[in-house]
Amino acid sequence: MTQSPVIGRQSSGAVVGQLLLALSLFCSASATAQQKPLVLKGGKLLTVSHGAIENGVLVMSAGKISAIGTASSIKIPKDAEVIDVTGMTVYPGLIDSESYLGLTEISAEGSTNDLIETSDEIMPHMHVYDAFHAESELIPVARLNGITDAIVAPQNQDTLPGQDAFVQLDGKSANDMLLVRDIALPLNFTGEQRRNESWEKRKFPQTRMGLAAQLRQTFLDAQDYSERWADYEKKKSDTFSKADDKKGPPSPPKRDLRLEALLPYLQGKKSIVLAAREPSDLETAVGLAQQFKLRFVLNHVSHSQPVLDYVASLKVPVIVGPIYENPKNYERYDAVYKLPGELYKRGVKIAFASYDAHAVRNLPYAAGYATAFGLPHDEALKAITLNPAEIWGVADQLGSLDVGKTANVVVADGDPLDVKTDVKRIFIAGRQVPMTSRQTVLRDRYSAK
Amino acid sequence: MRRGVVKLFSIAAVVLIPFHSPAQPSAGPSSHNEVLIKNAVVMTVTHGNIQNGSVYVKDGKIVAVGKEVSVPSGAAVIDAGGKYLTPGIIDSHSHIALDDDVNEATSPVTPQMMMMDAFDYQDKAIYRGLAGGVTTSLLLHGSANMIGGQAIVIKHKYGAKRDAMLFPGAPRSIKFASGENPKRVYGSKDQLPSTRMGNFAVQRAALVEAQDYMREWDDYDAKVKRGDKDAKPPKHDLRLEALADVLRGKLLVQIHCYRADEFLTEMAMAKEFGYKVRAFHHALEAYKVAEDLAAQGVAIATFSDWWGFKQEAWDAIPWNAVISMRKGVRVAIKSDSEDFARRLNQEAAKTMRYGGATEEEALKMITINPAWIIGVDDRVGSIEVGKDADLVLWDGYPLSSFGVPNKVLIDGDTYFDRSLPGFGMPHYREGE
Repeated sequence: MTQSPVIGRQSSGAVVGQLLLALSLFCSASATAQQKPLVLKGGKLLTVSHGAIENGVLVMSAGKISAIGTASSIKIPKDAEVIDVTGMTVYPGLIDSESYLGLTEISAEGSTNDLIETSDEIMPHMHVYDAFHAESELIPVARLNGITDAIVAPQNQDTLPGQDAFVQLDGKSANDMLLVRDIALPLNFTGEQRRNESWEKRKFPQTRMGLAAQLRQTFLDAQDYSERWADYEKKKSDTFSKADDKKGPPSPPKRDLRLEALLPYLQGKKSIVLAAREPSDLETAVGLAQQFKLRFVLNHVSHSQPVLDYVASLKVPVIVGPIYENPKNYERYDAVYKLPGELYKRGVKIAFASYDAHAVRNLPYAAGYATAFGLPHDEALKAITLNPAEIWGVADQLGSLDVGKTANVVVADGDPLDVKTDVKRIFIAGRQVPMTSRQTVLRDRYSAK
Repeated sequence: MRRGVVKLFSIAAVVLIPFHSPAQPSAGPSSHNEVLIKNAVVMTVTHGNIQNGSVYVKDGKIVAVGKEVSVPSGAAVIDAGGKYLTPGIIDSHSHIALDDDVNEATSPVTPQMMMMDAFDYQDKAIYRGLAGGVTTSLLLHGSANMIGGQAIVIKHKYGAKRDAMLFPGAPRSIKFASGENPKRVYGSKDQLPSTRMGNFAVQRAALVEAQDYMREWDDYDAKVKRGDKDAKPPKHDLRLEALADVLRGKLLVQIHCYRADEFLTEMAMAKEFGYKVRAFHHALEAYKVAEDLAAQGVAIATFSDWWGFKQEAWDAIPWNAVISMRKGVRVAIKSDSEDFARRLNQEAAKTMRYGGATEEEALKMITINPAWIIGVDDRVGSIEVGKDADLVLWDGYPLSSFGVPNKVLIDGDTYFDRSLPGFGMPHYREGE
């Protein structure tokens, strides 16, 4: 990898500050916080950051990984609970870089969905954290396959649908689980946002041109809004310094939540997640982001095979896929399957996403499938652990088995990327999570003789 | 080429080794009518695996299977180099290649719809399924109607002409549906049915109508037989003729059905009217009444782990396939989707993780079991002498995240070869 992670570069920035605050809240608030040290002994540790350790020992204390190494090199604390995981694989909790967990229960039942606000295309003031349903039945189902953290995003029918949250998939309440609120803002330019195409019901924006013009105007408005506030702040401090000013204090501009929401992105403090599939859309969207000097990561690029060198030249990470998206009719059957490998070859940092809620549990299998089309196995695992942790600016806490990181750890009976592998134990912040979901309850009820 | 028959897997093959002159190569690497695939792990599905096995194919059929197979020198040889060889995957629930003309959603009873009339044989989805190892698919009417149209069975011979893609002699199937879809489609127009009560009332009424129609024709036939010259034939009605064929047992009844109570109702109705249900499709709650399904010999064609997309899929669990199988139900994993059709091997492998299906059990769910549901299990679905030479050679282990087809043969002819440039198809070039 040649580039540094986009958000991770700002590891002292606001994003991480928020995260640390959230984590400390998490640990202090949870009644079930890890009480005594837990030790996983005898397994094969896939550290992701520094190779595999056969017959390893991993110690979790106070919600963090406190030691990791070979059996001979690690001293097991006296009060520790030791779990023998001989023959098992141990790896960091998996991270889904785009999911809709907590925003839906039953897809076809409207009352259970809070996925997207479609009254307008420009909705940056929508916050996933306002809708995130911590008790969703879908969360334990995802968790049981080793997914411990996820970006939750609004669905993509708006160009600016609202801001993502970074969520840990276990906790006492939404407050515990929402590790980073407003972590990023999707900007979708994939064609799906053209919803006014019907000639009879046409209204602005009807076309891609309309969507792009609307976006440019929005960012210009936000720049203008930012300047008005800066003016106001300046005048206010001038008034303060000139106590005898007869005009009195200036009145503040009217607050506009929609424009206000864009400011951290205009100022480059947070990342835009720029979604496009085909080269033309990609280049339009990137042009727009560059015009306003937005910091961005790319999303999808599913049919951009002809311009992958251009993608690499942007030096930004790519959330790739879904690799199961159908190729276009002019593309070979494996055009989309091969993307992760092709991007990796060009030095691009990649991450996988489920782009789903019910199927989040299948995230590792997509990474596995990509290995059949040119992506090295270690890189595939990285693309659902350390890479997303770096992309989302949480690599100091998550994404690998390293001392000091949050103890989000998975124990399974085989290769994390294989469909046949059964996950046996999950630890989130050092707590062993029950291996139950609505589905296991049904299984147990009906498989009894 | 070794001539001596050393150890044949199939006894029938011993005597079946004629010595023809070599086939004349005509259009590329795939045109041999004799092919020997050797040095493969042959996963026969019905008779275990053969390490370092060979399969000899002639004139589209499997002629010999075994450790050592004797063949004439003219056969083309594919050295599998230790790769896995399986039968072609069979998808018992597909809606590809129908140009989205899947639902005639204007009446809840439309058995006279023929999927053949919508068959778009140039749909690239056929190719993409083929590249995922699918060689046979059942193309079904949608689930808008309680009684939908009549299916076709295709082989994925992409690049072939329309009629050459049809599975010769495959039995006719008809699609029934139940539950949320019909009631939503008609209920939203304030029509019958809008409830499950309405659904089954509509179905029952149609079957009663068909009984009357059948009786009229039986009466007429009886009169003709008696020599009644004045006997007038009843009016032909395509819709009722199709339903009469259901009652006469001439159509395999494939029922879209999710909920446990509805399986019971559908089976009771089949009993009442004297037809058999071949399979419940989707069947996400089969695990709740698996014993009842097993007792009636009704198979299921289900998803591996799709759930929660609607209320009647809320109790879906990924252990459904294996719990049902262990209770005696014949289980197939199907796609119902252009997407899943490309990796049914991976979907089947999930049953090994959810419930502990064996390798062979998992493989059966995408080969011989769906072949039975379609009614072509005597022709395809396993690597056995006399069966169609529909074969997949895999890169990687097929029952995993990592297995993908290297070559796919249908009727002994290579239709997909991953190593070829472009689309990887000997019988198709872009622009043709």
